[in-house]
Amino acid sequence: MKAPLDVPELARRVLAHEPAAVARAISVVEDRRAAAEPRIVELLCALGKAPRERCHRVGITGPPGVGKSSLVSALVRSARRAGRSVGVLAVDPSSPRSGGALLGDRARIELDPDDTALFVRSMASGGDLGGLSRAAGAAVDVLSAAFELVVVETTGVGQSETDVEHVTDSVLLVIQPASGDMLQFLKAGIIEVPDVFVINKADLGAVAERAGAELRAALTAVYAGYKPRWMPPILHTSATAGRGIEELLAAADAHRLALEESGELAARRTRSAAAWALRLFLQRYGEFGVEQAGGSSALLQQFSSWVTGGATAVEVVARARPRVAGP
Amino acid sequence: MPKKDSAWIMRTYSGHSSPKASNDLYRQNLAKGQTGLSVAFDLPTQTGYDSDHVLARGEVGRTGVPIGHLRDMRELFDGIELERMNTSMTINATAAWLLALYIAVAEEQGADVRKLRGTTQNDIIKEYLSRGTYVFPPAPSLRLIADTILYTVRNVPEWNATNICSYHLQEAGATPEQEVAYALCTAIAVLDTVRERGIEQSELDQVFGRLSFFVNSSIRFIEEVCKQRAFVKLWDRLGTERYGVKDAKLRRFRYGVQVNSLGLTEAQPENNIVRIAFETLGVSLSKNARARAIQLPAWNEALGLPRPWDQQLSLRTQQILALETDLLEYPDIFDGSLVIERRTNEIADAAWAEVEAVLARGGAVAAVESGYIKEQLVSANAARIAAIEAGEQIVVGVNKFKETAPSPLLSDKGADAILRLDPHAEREQVEALKRFREGRDASAVKHALAELARAAETGENLMAASIAAAKVGVTTGEWGDTLRRVFGEYRAPTGVAGARTPETQSDKLELLRKKVGELTRELGRRPKLLVGKPGLDGHSNGAEQIALRARDAGFEVVYEGIRATPQQLARAAADEGVHLVGLSVLSGAHLELVRDVLARLKEQGLGDLPVVAGGIIPEVDAAALREAGVRAVYTPKDYEISRILDELIGFVRQAHA
Repeated sequence: MKAPLDVPELARRVLAHEPAAVARAISVVEDRRAAAEPRIVELLCALGKAPRERCHRVGITGPPGVGKSSLVSALVRSARRAGRSVGVLAVDPSSPRSGGALLGDRARIELDPDDTALFVRSMASGGDLGGLSRAAGAAVDVLSAAFELVVVETTGVGQSETDVEHVTDSVLLVIQPASGDMLQFLKAGIIEVPDVFVINKADLGAVAERAGAELRAALTAVYAGYKPRWMPPILHTSATAGRGIEELLAAADAHRLALEESGELAARRTRSAAAWALRLFLQRYGEFGVEQAGGSSALLQQFSSWVTGGATAVEVVARARPRVAGP
Repeated sequence: MPKKDSAWIMRTYSGHSSPKASNDLYRQNLAKGQTGLSVAFDLPTQTGYDSDHVLARGEVGRTGVPIGHLRDMRELFDGIELERMNTSMTINATAAWLLALYIAVAEEQGADVRKLRGTTQNDIIKEYLSRGTYVFPPAPSLRLIADTILYTVRNVPEWNATNICSYHLQEAGATPEQEVAYALCTAIAVLDTVRERGIEQSELDQVFGRLSFFVNSSIRFIEEVCKQRAFVKLWDRLGTERYGVKDAKLRRFRYGVQVNSLGLTEAQPENNIVRIAFETLGVSLSKNARARAIQLPAWNEALGLPRPWDQQLSLRTQQILALETDLLEYPDIFDGSLVIERRTNEIADAAWAEVEAVLARGGAVAAVESGYIKEQLVSANAARIAAIEAGEQIVVGVNKFKETAPSPLLSDKGADAILRLDPHAEREQVEALKRFREGRDASAVKHALAELARAAETGENLMAASIAAAKVGVTTGEWGDTLRRVFGEYRAPTGVAGARTPETQSDKLELLRKKVGELTRELGRRPKLLVGKPGLDGHSNGAEQIALRARDAGFEVVYEGIRATPQQLARAAADEGVHLVGLSVLSGAHLELVRDVLARLKEQGLGDLPVVAGGIIPEVDAAALREAGVRAVYTPKDYEISRILDELIGFVRQAHA
């Protein structure tokens, strides 16, 4: 049997960037038992809001096979060279039949086992609706308390793309030229989610150029009629040849800077965390529960105020209750 | 009656400890009637590392001979006239380098290089699918193959620069159709690459004619006869249709063989003597599809490394078949057989359809990069294993007729039925390497490496620069590092993600899922398993099948692929928060590597984390590992994967719940 968990001590060690503590803390927040919730809330509370706010959280998403993992690997190496500490959360899909998962991308990130300022954790999507699990959001909270840059890698088209927006500050969408990926995204109506578009495998030359041009045209159409505060740039990278990686990191940083300068960062984070909390609430209580609690707009408003007060999404959901019809 | 056919070249795959020890062995084998040499290299040599590299620890001289530089190569062939020898070298990512060393030594011996005969395996595509001694990404790997082909066809015309391997595909579980199909796809990738260099048709004809194969032969020897005949047929067709080779002689399918090891058993290992003999029939019975060279595994391979006596038995098996029986006195005994013809056509048609499927996916390289071929192989192997587990495929002594009298060959639990390597060999090799480095002309070495890098960057044929480097004393690790810097390194898809546990196991799976479900409730999260392959060994079948079944039973499985250091695995176990670590080592370096992982885990504060190990692990070593804290040791006799998983669930519950 394990020794009982000393939550404040664990939080202190996470804040001191100890990888072993970060690993333990993520295992703690992964606990799905109802009885574990108070402990998770206590842990995330103890980590505090300030370090989380300093961190830059970057989501990298896109369909399978576009070379996301190599890209994350290259990006992480580049950030480490620049002296930034990096925590990576790689989310792989769970098998709907067995609930099991194969988490194999870690080794693509060339890891120096002695580098304590780099941490990689893989996690299964959890099977719920194909998106991110409660634990993934909480794990991002833990990583944010310990590292300057947190990278969340997710796979697949659909729920995980929109979920990743809720738990990160900048979303990078990776697509491959001539793969039909773009069509999928346009169809799915989530072209407005990404903050940076990445066309990987740019060594494909003319094909990659054409993909970039098509995407630019699509974006122009989407943003026709108004000037967005941030126009998503389209970058070309070749993860295997190491091209375009510095530029990609710079684009992510520029996005974060733009958010900060426009004063949008805090608002976006509050909005995201509240939306994420609403998704967790919906998962827990269902549509009926949301309605009982006064509907999603009312809940979002309530959640936003709690988030502004420093609560994490997990805490918000722990606090919120659907009103039970009664006297 | 036509003239008796001459016997094939007889070899034994061998080499270990040091160039000197291997040279002794080669001379003994030649004295016993072997007619060619087959050099086994150790894993550091195969993956381009020097013996003193951190990844080489425990692996030096283990699966073969360590060759670090010119002097090692000179010692390896001391007293053996290379101009008259026919040497096969099982070398892939570093094939160009080992060929360069071979040529340099032959020149020292005063040989006419144009007369050198032999083979460098040099099929790097199959390394991504099985075996795992690749280093570079696919494009530069193909370029290295093309460089050696073009160099030898012009300068060493009787050398087989590459041996396209279907052998390892069967070892990874391929069906006969898959074996034929994927080998042909690789040949196409190689030939297309060579053709794109802009050579004349006459030279392309020669290249096609020199392309040889290395195939496998299983216990189903009738089907194997048909498979070889299907190969003959399709190769001829490919030569005519795709490459326009007019001379029928140049379209002959030429191949060497090592018969199947996958089906050799640890239980009642003497049965393997019979299996090996039957397997040899599949590649010798049909004259028109007969192997040009044969090497046979040893009966005790599933126990550990064979001794000289075990290898002798394999050689005698060949000699009896070729020289005592009347096999070589007849023309092809299957000509006119409708049964053989029909099965041959079935295999050929199915294989051709799969070739076209791969070409539609962009060819062998694209289908490797996307994981398509690997997934097909992992699935085929899962089906094979499930059939054995279910008793549908009979393996005598394993899932049927398990009763046995005590074997006189296996006294002391088999500890003395295998070759035990000299534990000092690695240290001595490392010391000799250091002395060699000190004695070199440092500026000549520096210059040669700069030239090599330049040639690599410009696309110039790498053979000339490699031969020059060999002559001035560049080491295997230096050659490898230089090209790694230019080409980068690669990690191939594991193929597990797209594979599935066969339906036949669904009852057992349901049971396991229930247990995993209960365990999940106790743990609060799903049990998480790290499957690790420490060291340089690339034989990943076992790791893949455990990972696959564990995932389908409901585990979260972190599988990092091959070639991880013990430090990396320990760090992964810590960061990932796993409940159990499973290590797979088939190179024989299990004692060093597993103990090292245990020590690193302790450093990470994970001394209590349950660890299990799998591999070709003799019982004495298994006992030592259990003594060191390993919960269980699994060897080839543990063929029931569901039972293994059941035990793993128990270990996790014991340690964590």
